[in-house]
Amino acid sequence: MTNILLNINAETIDWSRAQFALTAIYHWLFVPLTLGLAVIMGIAETCYYRTKSDFWRTTAQFWQRLFGVNFAMGVATGIILEFEFGTNWSNYSWFVGDIFGAPLAIEGIVAFFMESTFVAVMYFGWKKVSPGFHLASTWLTGLGATISAWWILVANAWMQYPVGCAFNPDTMRNEMVSFLDVALSPFAIDKFCHTVISAWIIGAIFVVAVSGWYLLKKRETHLATESIKIGAIVGLVASIGAAATGHKSAQSVGEVQPMKLAAMEALYNGGNDQGLTAVAWVNPFVQPDYENDGEAPLRIAMPYALSFMATNDIHGYVPGVNDLLNGYTRPDGTTEPSVDEKIQRGKAAIVALADYRTAQKEGDLTKAEAAMTLLQENMPYFGYGYIHDKSELVPFIPINFWAFRIMVGLGCLFILFFALVLFLVYKKSLTTLPHWAYWVAVIMVPLAYIASESGWIVAEMGRQPWTIQDMLPTWVAVSDLHSSSVITTFFIFLVLFTTMLAVEINILLKQIKKGPEYTH
Amino acid sequence: MLTYEFLQHYWWFLVSLLGALLVFLLFVQGANSLIFSLGGTEEGRRLVVNSTGRKWEFTFTTLVTFGGAFFASFPLFYSTSFGGAYWLWMLILFTFVLQAVSYEFQNKLGNLLGTRTFQFFLILNGIMGPLLLGGAVATFFEGSNFLIAKDNLVASPLALDSQDVALTPIISQWANASHGLDALLNPWVLIFGFAVMFLARTLGILYIINNVADEDIRSRGSVRLLGTAIPFVILFVAYLVHLLLKEGFAVMPESGLIVMEPYKYLHNLLTLWPLSVLLLIGVALVLYGIISTILSKTYIGGIWPTGIGTVLTVLALLLCAGWNDTAYYPSTADLQSSLTLANSCSSEFTLRTMFYVSLLIPFVLAYIVHAWRSIDHKKLDKQEIATDHAY
Repeated sequence: MTNILLNINAETIDWSRAQFALTAIYHWLFVPLTLGLAVIMGIAETCYYRTKSDFWRTTAQFWQRLFGVNFAMGVATGIILEFEFGTNWSNYSWFVGDIFGAPLAIEGIVAFFMESTFVAVMYFGWKKVSPGFHLASTWLTGLGATISAWWILVANAWMQYPVGCAFNPDTMRNEMVSFLDVALSPFAIDKFCHTVISAWIIGAIFVVAVSGWYLLKKRETHLATESIKIGAIVGLVASIGAAATGHKSAQSVGEVQPMKLAAMEALYNGGNDQGLTAVAWVNPFVQPDYENDGEAPLRIAMPYALSFMATNDIHGYVPGVNDLLNGYTRPDGTTEPSVDEKIQRGKAAIVALADYRTAQKEGDLTKAEAAMTLLQENMPYFGYGYIHDKSELVPFIPINFWAFRIMVGLGCLFILFFALVLFLVYKKSLTTLPHWAYWVAVIMVPLAYIASESGWIVAEMGRQPWTIQDMLPTWVAVSDLHSSSVITTFFIFLVLFTTMLAVEINILLKQIKKGPEYTH
Repeated sequence: MLTYEFLQHYWWFLVSLLGALLVFLLFVQGANSLIFSLGGTEEGRRLVVNSTGRKWEFTFTTLVTFGGAFFASFPLFYSTSFGGAYWLWMLILFTFVLQAVSYEFQNKLGNLLGTRTFQFFLILNGIMGPLLLGGAVATFFEGSNFLIAKDNLVASPLALDSQDVALTPIISQWANASHGLDALLNPWVLIFGFAVMFLARTLGILYIINNVADEDIRSRGSVRLLGTAIPFVILFVAYLVHLLLKEGFAVMPESGLIVMEPYKYLHNLLTLWPLSVLLLIGVALVLYGIISTILSKTYIGGIWPTGIGTVLTVLALLLCAGWNDTAYYPSTADLQSSLTLANSCSSEFTLRTMFYVSLLIPFVLAYIVHAWRSIDHKKLDKQEIATDHAY
């Protein structure tokens, strides 16, 4: 079979990325609310189980009703994400499918069936199963969603920090060599903790906001005040937890994706004793001239904080964009090669692989062995062989810089917010606040989503151009599609998801306005 | 015991089982395609929707797990079929997305699109979902138009240096611009697709008769059962005869070369005779469930024999597509690009790891059955819709 040399339009790559980003952004509008509300409604139903009070039953059912409206859209967008790995990223699916497919399959077998089975019992089983079975079903629905998050985040973390695998030149793909390294990667654990805890914040803010609106309207006071207590406790614990896990995540990024950290900080030239940028002027629309600018204009930094954040040492070394491009020497004396050298070694790996394949076909074992040795020496830089210019390795700095600051800034705001709400709970003054205070709670809802989506923007935009860090750039991962096909499906998804989001929001608002349904 | 070859066949069995369960669970789509026919009034339609609404997530989850299991065990299929037959899979996904939201949204206050729109979405998914999924399955026997060249991964960066042309090293390519829709031009693909669609409708009617305690809906179902079962049987028998007589895509065990072999699928069924037994029992059960329901006015359990028969029949057919040295995803553009269990599967390590994970499946099935029985021990009726949580 003759090789097929394909000429993929750059538009196909851009639109494939846009379509995946669109689906992921929409998916992440629904999933965190599912994960967060699962905890709240679980607690409410546990209160019902313990007290047998109609009030708690009504409260649990009310939050479950809102959970149900949101749940279906999470499921619908989730299936698209799974299949888009195949439809739009077919080369990726082969190149790393041996590793990446496993978490997705386990997610289906272990988590999705648990979620879909018990969510039906939760909705329809109030009069059909015992209270204990129903309570277990409610928690298992949330547990299923959380386990699902675990496996998909394992998969995502592996793309950011590929471990437990080895390249097989005979099959032309990466293959798993350690399941535990993949499933229990420290990067995955950090990502899971930070992501799921941040989802609890969204659930907590949603509950506090809806309850705040009821207090503003002077209705459902009992449900609102009790729900605020649960929401504020969950929210405060989660927002402090998110800060702690965020610190750990940032350290992981500093270790395995230093270019992402440099972009997040707009750190052009690194060094020891680095300060964390509090504010600076980074034009949101233009990639800065990092080669010539010493640092971002108007920069105000917290001394030593970046070194501490990245290395747990206030004098720690943090490389900047130029250090990473030109190579640098670490404090322990080891040297990180320049990008030019990595590109050359990547190309050497690809040539060695081609030679190995040819030698194997010709039956020349000596030549094959020599090519194999060369391939293994240069394999860590394989992905760099597809890089045309070293500037491609620098992600778009402004979006990372600003998204990171928005996420962290809002995260701090949420800690203050929940602490204040709990203080008001303690003072028993929730029902006597001025109107604007309730509106503050309502405004927190879009802010929570902005913070959460900003986190994903940093995670995904910061690793560009890599689909898999140092292994596979995006333009090597795509499917053989004409851009017109991808553009068409992009707009179909855009219209579909946006319409459904509008319907969901309207239904949620009507359901909230309608309030709980009391049964006596 | 856990040799690489065994694991490849084991995983093909699991994927086939998931596919077979998926076809059975398409009763949700089948019943939805008959919302207006089975439910004469708005109240009746709501009963039908609420009846399937308690099961739609099983179908959805099975579809997702079917995809995930394929990805983990046969990633080259995932890469080639999904990336190549782009439009076929996208159409399937669009209809399933519409279905997912239609239950929760359709009767809710604040639904901006109106109940009818979401009922239309359910019908669209009810017809197109089984038709297209059936068409996709038929390509396992009829072939698809794709090429695979793994050396593209190294050829294009080298070409970049020599020619300065931007080339992308994609290994799988669809050989025409239709990206999967060309399959629908093959009459046998359509026949199988329509057979699955009518099977889904038959299963849907049997499920509604069993699950809904409403005489009007049951009698409407009984009347319509014959009209859906007859086209199903005709189309299925036609395809089965075609399959047994057609030449198939055989793999030479030593060389891995793909060759055309006359009566390949008939040979498979004769060589792997337990599959023939499975197929015959499956077909007999399908017919028993249908005929018993048609002949008896009081028999409402037809979904069980027909459902189990469906699982056995589809399982036998899918195993026949991949076992016994058969290329399960044949290429009509380049025979040697065809996918076999050996050339498209994951590594031995991954298949073995996933083998251990798959041991959880009986536990998963057990709690699904327990939960299903808990919900279904009382048949759905109008009173429940009026007084309990309902879509």
